[in-house]
Amino acid sequence: MSPREKFGLALIAVALIALPFVLAAAGTAWVRIANFAVLFVLLSLGLNIVVGYAGLLDLGYVAFYAVGAYVYALLASPHFGLHLPFWIILPIGAAVACVAGVILGAPTLRLRGDYLAIVTLGFGEIVRIFMNNLSSPVNLTNGPKGINRIDSFQLGPLNFSASDTLAGLIFSGPIKYYYFLLLVLLAVIVINRRLQDSRIGRAWVAIREDEVAAKASGINTRNVKLLAFAMGASFGGIAGGMFAAIQGFVSPESFILNESIMVLSMVVLGGMGNIWGVIAGAVLLSFVPELLRYTVEPAQMALFGKLLVDPEVLRMLVFGLALVLTMRFRPAGLWPETRHRRELSEGRT
Amino acid sequence: MSPLDAGTVSSGFERFPTMDILLQQIINGLTTGSVYAVVALGYTMVYGVIQLINFAHGEVVMIGAMVAFSVITSLAGSGLPPLAIVLAGVMAAVPACMLMGYLLERVAYRPLRHAPRLAPLITAIGMSIILQHLALLVWGRNPLAFPQIIDNQVFGIGGAAISSVQIAIILMSLAMMAGLSWFVYRTRFGIAIRATAENVHIAGLMGVNANRVIAATFVIGAGLGAVAGVMYGSYYGIAHYTMGFSLGLKAFSAAVLGGIGNIAGAMLGGILLGLVEALGTGYVGEFTDLCHWPVAHGWLSERCADGGNFVLFGSNYQDVFAFLMLILVLVFRPSGLLGERVSERA
Repeated sequence: MSPREKFGLALIAVALIALPFVLAAAGTAWVRIANFAVLFVLLSLGLNIVVGYAGLLDLGYVAFYAVGAYVYALLASPHFGLHLPFWIILPIGAAVACVAGVILGAPTLRLRGDYLAIVTLGFGEIVRIFMNNLSSPVNLTNGPKGINRIDSFQLGPLNFSASDTLAGLIFSGPIKYYYFLLLVLLAVIVINRRLQDSRIGRAWVAIREDEVAAKASGINTRNVKLLAFAMGASFGGIAGGMFAAIQGFVSPESFILNESIMVLSMVVLGGMGNIWGVIAGAVLLSFVPELLRYTVEPAQMALFGKLLVDPEVLRMLVFGLALVLTMRFRPAGLWPETRHRRELSEGRT
Repeated sequence: MSPLDAGTVSSGFERFPTMDILLQQIINGLTTGSVYAVVALGYTMVYGVIQLINFAHGEVVMIGAMVAFSVITSLAGSGLPPLAIVLAGVMAAVPACMLMGYLLERVAYRPLRHAPRLAPLITAIGMSIILQHLALLVWGRNPLAFPQIIDNQVFGIGGAAISSVQIAIILMSLAMMAGLSWFVYRTRFGIAIRATAENVHIAGLMGVNANRVIAATFVIGAGLGAVAGVMYGSYYGIAHYTMGFSLGLKAFSAAVLGGIGNIAGAMLGGILLGLVEALGTGYVGEFTDLCHWPVAHGWLSERCADGGNFVLFGSNYQDVFAFLMLILVLVFRPSGLLGERVSERA
């Protein structure tokens, strides 16, 4: 790493550490938005393993997020009266999501491309429908009403839902979660970087490029694909657990297909296969809609003196347009992986 | 109450459902299934030619239903014969959707024809968000109700009931499928479509204008989708700006089920999906009620006493059956029911 790169990295680190206090000045809502942005970055990095590295199009990724969230909600809420600490539940959530990933992966290994996409999509919907309906005959998930009063993180005397003051700085609940999320993100990025250059990472890319050739080169394609599903799912499960704790409430509403599509858009828009591109895509797609939420209304008032179009609708219209235009002018994503770009354009006639 | 519930067993206490209920579920399933089939044709034609999912097709179908409903509502008091009013609605919806399909191809697909595979998927998602929210702007958040202009007669067959709307939907769908088959297999342009589906480059060498063929598949699919949207809306009595999503999803599943890219497959897949959904919804509550099973003892028998039940999976799992069947079929026949086995390639 050159001194210049080191300097840049240090600058980014300082900016990320200072960020929540800057955002808190604009309102706690923005810290929450930043937290959700980091959650989406985690999800995108997880999905990037499946879609970006291994080339398996997964349209039901949010199912693993849901599994992680519900595991956390069931083990740390008054619903069953269980209150386990978060550092036990998060690994459990990751493990359960991992199992779900293998359950999805195993029967679908033979499928390719769009067939896999529709099966994963169906899987995501099935998980959501089960969560919606498992309130009878035995009340497991509390149905569409969801589970509320979920415990927040508690580490010794440190409670993530309360505010603390340290050295004159106010550490509100969302800010604490922000730093925790940042730590998890750092770990996930390191794991991803190491994976990418490892034997497994190269095996994934080989499968993505040419499955038959990969098999002929001695790669156990079945296990390696399953591993991609399992790893991606575990990351989703961890993100889900943190989501449940931050939100304090989960319901099937949060895990609709649109969420899967959103995460996939982040991965593809950013440039799949490239960690930094994926992160950029996730941050962009998390913040742009929120920015629009706060700007379209004043902008209309200033321009026309009255609200012509419902801001929520306009926000989505602009978002849709942004997706179309970005892909139109940068079809391989904002920050593509060079190898990936070449490979993807050759698969079609 | 939606027409689908008409024959659902509510008591859950006959061990074996009677024939008339079975027949009723089959009729209901055929009706929704033929709508799925017509929408699925739109997916499958586009996929057959450019191997891409037209993700915004469901929204086009929704726009078709909304346009038709607006026209029908505004003509409802005019004193014209009901059939003429419905026809006017369809005549307005079809060109509107065809234009939409054309624009979709020009904006979201043509500029990205040589881009990475997932890029057009994202533009199509963007277009579908745009279309959905445009519809929200134009028609509002509340569902449009289908005006009560048709005297919906109900005929009895073998103890089951079939309404004139159901008959019309099934007949219309069959006619459209037959028309499309004739077009694709018997006309010059149909040959061009099939040639392009086979190999774009070679078709181009034979003088086929690939751009025109690809645009045509979008336009034809959208036109069929418009009619399907009107049928679906009039069957359930409402049209809503979000209806395209789930309808599109079902229809896409149907297309994949039959083997995507295969026209006969889309028809088979659609009808099969409709039937499985109707039968699953009607019967699964019955079969998974543990009170009917010999295991009922202890606390379970207490719960079962006096007409109680212990239904594991009720009719609210409707969508699960559709997807579960899809997954099962694909696991055993990875290219769908009628799909060709394609060799794996990079």
